[in-house]
Amino acid sequence: MWGLKTYIKPYWKYVILAPLFMIFEVFFDLLQPKLAAHIVNFGVVERNFQLIKQTGWLMVLVAALSLVTGVGCNFFASRVSQNFGADIREALYTKIQTFSFENIDTFKTGSLITRMTNDVVQVQNFVQTALQGLVRAPSLLIGSVVMALFINIRLGLILLGTTVVLVAVLFILIKYSYPLFSQVQEKLDAVNTKMQENLAGIRVVKAFVRSDYEKKQFAHVNQAYTGISIKAARFMAVNSPIVTLIMNACLVGILLYGGNLVWIDLIQVGDLVAFINYVVQVLSSLLMVSGILVNVSQANVSAWRIHQVLETKPNMEDGKAAPLRAQHIAFNEVGFSYSASSQAKDLVLRDVSFEAVRGDTVAIIGATGSGKSTLVQLVPRLYDVTSGSIQIDGQDIRSIELLELRQKIGMVLQDSFLFTGSIKDNIAFGKPDATQEEVEMAAKIAMAHDFITKLADGYDTKVGQKGVNLSGGQKQRIAIARALLIKPPILIFDDSTSALDLGTEKQLRQSLKDLMKNNITFLIAQRISSVIEAEKILVLEEGAIAGIGTHQELLETCAVYQAIYMSQFGKQEVPYVKQQTF
Amino acid sequence: MSSSKHFDEKKGAANLSQMGFQQGRGPRPGEVPKVRSKDAKGTLSRIWNYVKRQRQELIIVAVSTALTACLLLLGPYLIGKIMDDYIVARKSAGFISMIIFLLGIYFLGAVFTWIQQYTASSLSQNTVRKMRQDLFEKYQQLPVSFFDQKTHGELMSRTTNDIANVANTLNQTVVQLISSAFMLVGSVVMMLSLSVWMTLITILIVPSIAFVTKKITKYTRRYFSEQQKHLGEMNGFVQESMAGLKVMKVFGREAKSKEEFQVLNEKLRSVSVKAQSFSGSMGPMMNAMRNLSFVIIAVFGGIFAYHDIITIGVIVSFLHYSNQFSQPINQLANQYNLLQSAIAGAERVFEVLDLETEIKEESIRPKEKIAGEVVFDQVNFSYQPGVPILKKLSLHAAPGQMIALVGPTGAGKTTIINVLTRFYEIQSGKISIDGKDIQQFGKSFLRSQIGLVLQDAYVFSGTIRENIRYGRLNATDKEVEEAARLANADVFIKKLPQGYDTNLSAEGGNLSQGQKQLLTIARAVLANPSILILDEATSSVDTRTELHIQEAMKSLMKGRTSFVIAHRLSTIREADAILVIKDGEVVEKGTHAELLQKKGFYANLYQNQFSQGHVS
Repeated sequence: MWGLKTYIKPYWKYVILAPLFMIFEVFFDLLQPKLAAHIVNFGVVERNFQLIKQTGWLMVLVAALSLVTGVGCNFFASRVSQNFGADIREALYTKIQTFSFENIDTFKTGSLITRMTNDVVQVQNFVQTALQGLVRAPSLLIGSVVMALFINIRLGLILLGTTVVLVAVLFILIKYSYPLFSQVQEKLDAVNTKMQENLAGIRVVKAFVRSDYEKKQFAHVNQAYTGISIKAARFMAVNSPIVTLIMNACLVGILLYGGNLVWIDLIQVGDLVAFINYVVQVLSSLLMVSGILVNVSQANVSAWRIHQVLETKPNMEDGKAAPLRAQHIAFNEVGFSYSASSQAKDLVLRDVSFEAVRGDTVAIIGATGSGKSTLVQLVPRLYDVTSGSIQIDGQDIRSIELLELRQKIGMVLQDSFLFTGSIKDNIAFGKPDATQEEVEMAAKIAMAHDFITKLADGYDTKVGQKGVNLSGGQKQRIAIARALLIKPPILIFDDSTSALDLGTEKQLRQSLKDLMKNNITFLIAQRISSVIEAEKILVLEEGAIAGIGTHQELLETCAVYQAIYMSQFGKQEVPYVKQQTF
Repeated sequence: MSSSKHFDEKKGAANLSQMGFQQGRGPRPGEVPKVRSKDAKGTLSRIWNYVKRQRQELIIVAVSTALTACLLLLGPYLIGKIMDDYIVARKSAGFISMIIFLLGIYFLGAVFTWIQQYTASSLSQNTVRKMRQDLFEKYQQLPVSFFDQKTHGELMSRTTNDIANVANTLNQTVVQLISSAFMLVGSVVMMLSLSVWMTLITILIVPSIAFVTKKITKYTRRYFSEQQKHLGEMNGFVQESMAGLKVMKVFGREAKSKEEFQVLNEKLRSVSVKAQSFSGSMGPMMNAMRNLSFVIIAVFGGIFAYHDIITIGVIVSFLHYSNQFSQPINQLANQYNLLQSAIAGAERVFEVLDLETEIKEESIRPKEKIAGEVVFDQVNFSYQPGVPILKKLSLHAAPGQMIALVGPTGAGKTTIINVLTRFYEIQSGKISIDGKDIQQFGKSFLRSQIGLVLQDAYVFSGTIRENIRYGRLNATDKEVEEAARLANADVFIKKLPQGYDTNLSAEGGNLSQGQKQLLTIARAVLANPSILILDEATSSVDTRTELHIQEAMKSLMKGRTSFVIAHRLSTIREADAILVIKDGEVVEKGTHAELLQKKGFYANLYQNQFSQGHVS
């Protein structure tokens, strides 16, 4: 199934042993009706009490053997399935770690989580079931038919014929039920989406007084889901009566024909009893198979989803290891597009060239969607340039080892994600062996020390999923401290002070000043006041550089910059009339 | 080895048909983690209240289940009878009619099984549909404070896991409980009528086997729950490392995180191999137990038949009945756990349904449009007792005025909006609009007069047009587009390949924050409210675009009272009055010019933001 075979291979011994044991279990189980027939035929009919006793003990022994082989099969199957699951999980995790941002974006975080959790469990369960049930059911089926044929060939043929019919009926039923179930899933998604949105957007719903409207909408999707679920369940409700009826009809037929055979002494009564038991065996194994087949399709989908991840080639090649000093950085005619195409209309960045040396602050300003974030994300190779190149110390960054490159860059992303653990753990994320002093130092510069020490547990306060709720501004400052702690020669702030109030932001800028003198700093900002002291201000306009220079230079030469300036400081006259897009 | 699996089959089929799209159960019995409910009786009676609305379906299910059980009991009896009276006795007269009778029984059995399952599926689905609808409507009525305290995931699992649990249980368990009860009583009666001695043996053996099974289950469950625990830990780890994947990569932490993963994974591996080996043994165990009872009945049946106490046909019948007798006992034990977890799920749903809702009060609806005079008079408010947020806050906005609220984070600006819209109720003081206490307006009416644009711009999945139209459902396409134009949103909308009909993914994933803000402004514009509130509504929009919006808003704000909260002081310079809020109080008040003159908090703030930028 979808190339997951390789992960089964290491356990091939168990893969052979489990079904083997299962076949033995089935064999022992199938002996029982035959032995019971023996009791009836020779013990009861021919009046042999000793034989009844002997056969009884034999049956107990066979039952014990069936238990031993059954437990053995499960033991081996468990070994395969659980190890297989653990190996796949590890393979997935390892693979995902090599993913580029582009890969992550294509899969989406939520879907990666489902693949690593739900889907793995799904295929793991399937392997377990396959090694047991998928072996058991057909062996029971075939075994019963064979046993039946041995007892009486003519009666056996009736059973064989019925079995073929039943397999066909089941196949048709299952085939038609699949589309129904995928529809059920679709409608269920709609219900969940509606619910989720109303929870997340409850303020909007309330503010616009749309409760009644939403109730009606929900009733609509709810009804649709209920309708299709009932339809699917009703369709499947036909399944068991039909299968049971066909099988019971076969049973009646065997009684009729078998009775006649008994009368002309072509079959013994006990054998007829055994035969009836085999018929029942066939029926239960068929229903078992149809139960497992539902699993097969689920596991198939999961296996495919896992396969997709494992097959993805991380579209970023690592460079060679060499220490990086990061004294100088240059963008050479950089073009970038998120969708592999380099067609002009898809370009998010075009023809961007500039350079910076240690000590420089490169501020980037421009409208929403002008490509500011994209530009800085190219520096640590979160994405690779589509055309042109970026050089650090004269080397193309694609030839530098990724780990080395990223360790030289301290980046504060827009989204300040914190991991479960203490505040200290989070600040020391990039350097787990950092001392308390180092952590506090970084926190002080990031203006986070004060609020952290005010928390009951200080630096040991737990944050993340199960931790305390921090405000957006507090999270941002921890994220900044996290980037500062590794003392990187290149610092990147991607609009990472948006949740800070003005006072705090100003203090932060002051406190970063010394640090920035020895670094190359990239700073994305909305406010002129934040960028005014930068050595280089890049004005981005629809992905291209509209102006580059100091505040003073740009004020004199760059129309876009003037317009931004006017929008923040000037009165109402806006000299730059072209309407902005974003 | 089972003699007859009539009942077993039915169960297998029920699983297939009713659980279909859910995690299918393997051939071996799965285990359900135990969950205890607090008030099982009360909860059951409330579920019953939902179920009994469909009296007709309920009766059909009960009757058809009972009939199915009876017919199932009759089958083995007839087979035994045919064996004894006709086949062994070598009597052909009436043989054919008995055979046809048996066939008829089986046919009826199939028909009633079908009726039962057909009806049960709509019974359970309609029951939970009502429950789901009630829950959704309840969510709509709960105060905002409820949602501020709970995570969405927590609330979602009420609708997904908990309700699905109830549905499955209703579908399977209830039917099976009814049928188990019938089968249990019925098979004892049938067995007694065949042979008292054999019945005694069966009655002694089967329950003791069930008892042993139960004991073993208890033992294996320990491993099962340990496995679940480790799996939970692993899932938590995966969830977090996927969510933080980008941060991890930026910091080059891949190797370290893989180490952590491996520790967890190896632990899970060894625990789950053991757990699966143990808990998976339940299948073979049960199988062995079934075999054992088969053996005992076959042997004792043989002995009795040898002594001519019973006939061969009776042995055949008993081999069937022993199974039909043990199945319900095993199932009752199994279903009990399922039932427990469903009851616990239902309890969580009812917990929500029992919460107090926002009171629906009679409202006065002024005939004329609200003029928009807003007065806060000595308003006190706190989210938690002892931590006051608004302290004796008073403010006055004349109709049509633009009031700006500035101040540091946590000063209480957003809280002012929360109490004005009555998302939260004030503890003392008075808020009035046009001289009337807002308590007198119904919440719906009050909110319909207020246009609210929040910093966290929320968009729904659907088209852009639908999202804007949310402001006024009966607006024409033209009005929607006009609103978008006013909000300066039409520029980017027109650039999208499908324009206004562009589908937005969940929570507007394909729009930037700034674009979402523009959409929500357009939505508020379309609603045409008397009072407009912009809470950091343009924080992610660049300043030039914002300027254009402001231009548009100027005409929009004409004749409307508006409240504007903004970090960017450029946004609010034009306000009729600027209120500086600090620690829940108004510390300064005046126009931009007046406040600058004052050289107080505002002037300082302004200095911070602009001093360096101003080129004199």
